[in-house]
Amino acid sequence: MAKSPDQEHPHKAFGWAARDKSGLLSPFHFSRRENGDEDVTIKILFCGVCHSDLHVAKNEWGFTNYPVVPGHEIVGTVMKVGSNVKKFKVGERVGVGVIVGSCKKCESCQQDLENYCPQTIFTYNSHYTDGTKTYGGYSDMIVVDERFVLRFPDNLPSEGGAPLLCAGITVYSPMKYYGMTEPGKHLGVAGLGGLGHVAVKIGKAFGLKVTVISSSPKKEAEAIERLGADSFLVTSDRTKMKAALGTMDYIIDTVSAVHPLLPLLSLLKLNGKLVTVGLFDKPLELPIFPLVLGRKLVGGNEIGGMKETQEMLDFCAKHGVTADVEVIRMDYINTAMERLAKYDVKYRFVIDVASSLSQ
Amino acid sequence: MLGEMAMSPENEHPVKALGWAARDCSGHLSPFKFSRRATGEKDVTFKVLYCGICHSDLHNVKNEWGTTSYPVVPGHEIVGVVTEVGTKVTKFKVGDKVGVGCLVGSCQSCANCKDDLENYCPKMILSYGSKFYDGTITYGGYSDVMVSDEHFVIKIPANLPLDGVAPLLCAGITVYSPLKYYGLDKAGLHLGVVGLGGLGHMAVKFAKAMGLKVTVISTSPNKKKEAMDHLGADEFLVSRNTEEMQSAIGTMDGIIDTVSAVHALLPLIGLLKTHGKLVLVGAPEKPLELLAMPLLMGRKIVGGSLIGGIKETQEMIDFAAKHDIVSDIELITMDYVNTAMERLSKADVKYRFVIDVANSSKSS
Repeated sequence: MAKSPDQEHPHKAFGWAARDKSGLLSPFHFSRRENGDEDVTIKILFCGVCHSDLHVAKNEWGFTNYPVVPGHEIVGTVMKVGSNVKKFKVGERVGVGVIVGSCKKCESCQQDLENYCPQTIFTYNSHYTDGTKTYGGYSDMIVVDERFVLRFPDNLPSEGGAPLLCAGITVYSPMKYYGMTEPGKHLGVAGLGGLGHVAVKIGKAFGLKVTVISSSPKKEAEAIERLGADSFLVTSDRTKMKAALGTMDYIIDTVSAVHPLLPLLSLLKLNGKLVTVGLFDKPLELPIFPLVLGRKLVGGNEIGGMKETQEMLDFCAKHGVTADVEVIRMDYINTAMERLAKYDVKYRFVIDVASSLSQ
Repeated sequence: MLGEMAMSPENEHPVKALGWAARDCSGHLSPFKFSRRATGEKDVTFKVLYCGICHSDLHNVKNEWGTTSYPVVPGHEIVGVVTEVGTKVTKFKVGDKVGVGCLVGSCQSCANCKDDLENYCPKMILSYGSKFYDGTITYGGYSDVMVSDEHFVIKIPANLPLDGVAPLLCAGITVYSPLKYYGLDKAGLHLGVVGLGGLGHMAVKFAKAMGLKVTVISTSPNKKKEAMDHLGADEFLVSRNTEEMQSAIGTMDGIIDTVSAVHALLPLIGLLKTHGKLVLVGAPEKPLELLAMPLLMGRKIVGGSLIGGIKETQEMIDFAAKHDIVSDIELITMDYVNTAMERLSKADVKYRFVIDVANSSKSS
């Protein structure tokens, strides 16, 4: 007989879950596993609200297994470590991102690319190795295999650092893989939301010239004065788009709705690379002539492995890169989700779990 | 200003030439008298022996891309023997066997030209249908004589048969260049080749010579024997056979896609391993559907490539000579060219027509 969520494991846990495709979240009692030899038990302090949380809460991708406790931008403190744990000790501040397990044996895992392992276990809405469901960071505690826990650098604030665990690595990893780190080169960032604003900051930290490409003229002042972008292109401004043709070495495309690729491809120089990191499931139109005539490519990327995620956190700490956040209480979450659906946030909500999660 | 009288094709240059040209979008070719420039100090003039028929020739004569200016003499897989060289030519002499591909000019000063990427120069001049520096239109290799700047002439090694080497000047470099650029040239990698025509069969041959495992992906089951027994492919997938395609999911490091009709990319992206690369060298005019998720989840890419620079074209020919690689051809005479074009439009050729220009009748 299947055990109920609050009984399947020995440690009581409390969070907020969505129970159906309305996506509305409400208090939820469940349980966490015993801290195994390789595990770290974490009291959750903050959790970022990623747009994926909204997609999954509403079953927009069709694979949500209700009830779901979202949240994969988790910052907390270590409460307990297993006997084989070497990297962490009680009291330390740590992070957990998008994945909490992988096979550890395949070629991808051996290359520190756990994010491409065919048996990746996601922080929420997946099944763990013991067959039970994984529940995410909109909750008071989590138990995670040491390999999937990240050390949080001392000078990185929890609130501004939490979103880096998904948004940060989502843009950092392709920038490294596709070679977008040569100082002086020109990076375009399409879309200025959770992912986009972090891409601008990381791009500047790499010494790149950064142009934001957006459909909203209102974001220009913000992009240039506060985020440090060098220039701003409004996609409907034909004169400026024309003047920018063939000027960019690479583009990180964070737009997560169907949008035309041809204008973006035209902004690239010869051998230019357009990397799409926004998750959406409707098809895009890919014009082939620009790819062939300019030897350009369109690539994808999905978060990053654990080693690279740690590298990204350390890089951000070193360069003072944090996400711009609006800290909220847990009971504001449904309003936050509504606002997120309308892109009404600069640029990530972060739930102050420890202060606001009360039973 | 008084209008200048445009010179007729026959009179605009001093050297008489005879070729076959299309005069309208029926694409029908017929004898055409025109002229070539005198051998300039950096030029190489050669008697054309053979010219391959590229599918681009067909697109052009029928104005399928909307860019054709008639009359057009197609042909950019041109092989011949040098008859005259200019005073400043250093790399060639009379009697040399040479070839010219898709390009006969570029600006020679931009960053791309300096990187030996004349094929990406914004001012590149194509072997036919382009405007040359002197304002005249270029005419291609369906003709008896060709004049080209030395920089754009390729040396043909002695051991390569001239008729079989001609298609390498476009089809060959079109697949060789992306194999190198996208890192799909290492022994042991698994390459898929979509489409088994002029480009596809060359991709199989090059990839096998580089030591890759090659799987051909085709809509035609009847090409299987040919692909495996004759071209040396290791495996063959019929793209409409869902079982076969499923069994090959996630097995390929790269795919060279030579299909220039609109077709589905998703099944091809599915065949790629994580970090795999789908490279398009055929250019459908309409956009194709692309789903972002499969690219993201496997960190895969879709890229394009266009012929190659001159240095790389020479490198490709030398590689072919080392490995005895030539195109599989059907040799025809010039008067067969319209029939050949019809057959080409139905993909009825294994795998390139080559016109035996020198032995074709000159009569109109």
